[in-house]
Amino acid sequence: MHYILHISNWIIPSIIVIVLLYGTYKRVPTYETFVEGGKEGVSMAISLLPFLLGMIVSISIFRASGAMDAFVGLLSPVLSFLNVPAEIVPLALTRPISGTASLSMATDLIQTEGPDSYIGRLASTMQGSTDTTLYVLTVYFGAVGIKRMGDALKVGLIADLIGIMASLIICYLIFG
Amino acid sequence: MVNIIWVALAVIGIIYALFNGTIEEVNKVIFTSAEEAVALTITLISVLVFWLGLMKIAEKAGLLLKLTALFKPIFTRIFPEIPPNSTAMGYILSNFSANLFGLGNAATPFGIKAMHEMKKLNNNQEEASRSMITFLALNTSSVTIVPSTIIAIRMQYDSNAPTEIVMTTILATIVSSIGALLVDRYFYYRRVR
Repeated sequence: MHYILHISNWIIPSIIVIVLLYGTYKRVPTYETFVEGGKEGVSMAISLLPFLLGMIVSISIFRASGAMDAFVGLLSPVLSFLNVPAEIVPLALTRPISGTASLSMATDLIQTEGPDSYIGRLASTMQGSTDTTLYVLTVYFGAVGIKRMGDALKVGLIADLIGIMASLIICYLIFG
Repeated sequence: MVNIIWVALAVIGIIYALFNGTIEEVNKVIFTSAEEAVALTITLISVLVFWLGLMKIAEKAGLLLKLTALFKPIFTRIFPEIPPNSTAMGYILSNFSANLFGLGNAATPFGIKAMHEMKKLNNNQEEASRSMITFLALNTSSVTIVPSTIIAIRMQYDSNAPTEIVMTTILATIVSSIGALLVDRYFYYRRVR
């Protein structure tokens, strides 16, 4: 499974080369365009700060008090049987509900367990592989005034469950 | 919902600390974690500026449009009720390509326009159409090539290989997207039967 890690490390450099060469070929003022787009990155990161800070403080309190360990300890007997680390459960539970809550949970796990630990890698994969179902539904249906969502919520939540299980199995196969 | 999670975590934590005798740790962490969040934002700026800058070049060079053309044949099958050359299809594809590149901010406006067009195709009813549900299923499973935010967080905590999770993320995202489409089909055929 080692080649998968090699591919991982080549994806971003390859994209950079393709974009820069193609941009030059199409006569895009590459550097000016880069700067223009980069400015959006500054405002995006800054606007995320209050959301992240509030959530991270709250999760840190929960962890420092020992409540997180108690919660995880409660679940581990059942989950260790399935080879699932119980530490990942709070992240899996918040993933479909709130983007910043789950991002903060993932941050907390990466920080406490280490980014290169099994749980750290699993948290990274889980956070990156699905989007926040409730947010997507609220924004898109809200924007166009759809009152009856039909099966959308059910489909979205089942898809999240599939994504979470996929992350577990794939990380187990590659990093486990 | 977010409000409940946020309050519950803090309040349960503090009450638990009272019984567990960990109130000192809690006091300390309130300020250190806030500081961490700011440090994390700085790392986030570095990654997002670089990535969004690069993606702006991709957008201007027309790479996004190229990608759109590439995915069109697949999407006409995923969305059988949407005419292949309609504006609705155009916006759906733009939304998908923007998501693929991790341009969440650019993807949302395309997505909203796609929803407007799909509502028109559905005679402006207030009920979600088949295509809308498929579209949202695809969006909630979010196909992304580069999870830039997570890479930034891994950098912040000194990962030896911040990008080693790119491939696992792509694999997981493909599985969840295919899963989402299958579940969506299943519910659709159950409705029409």
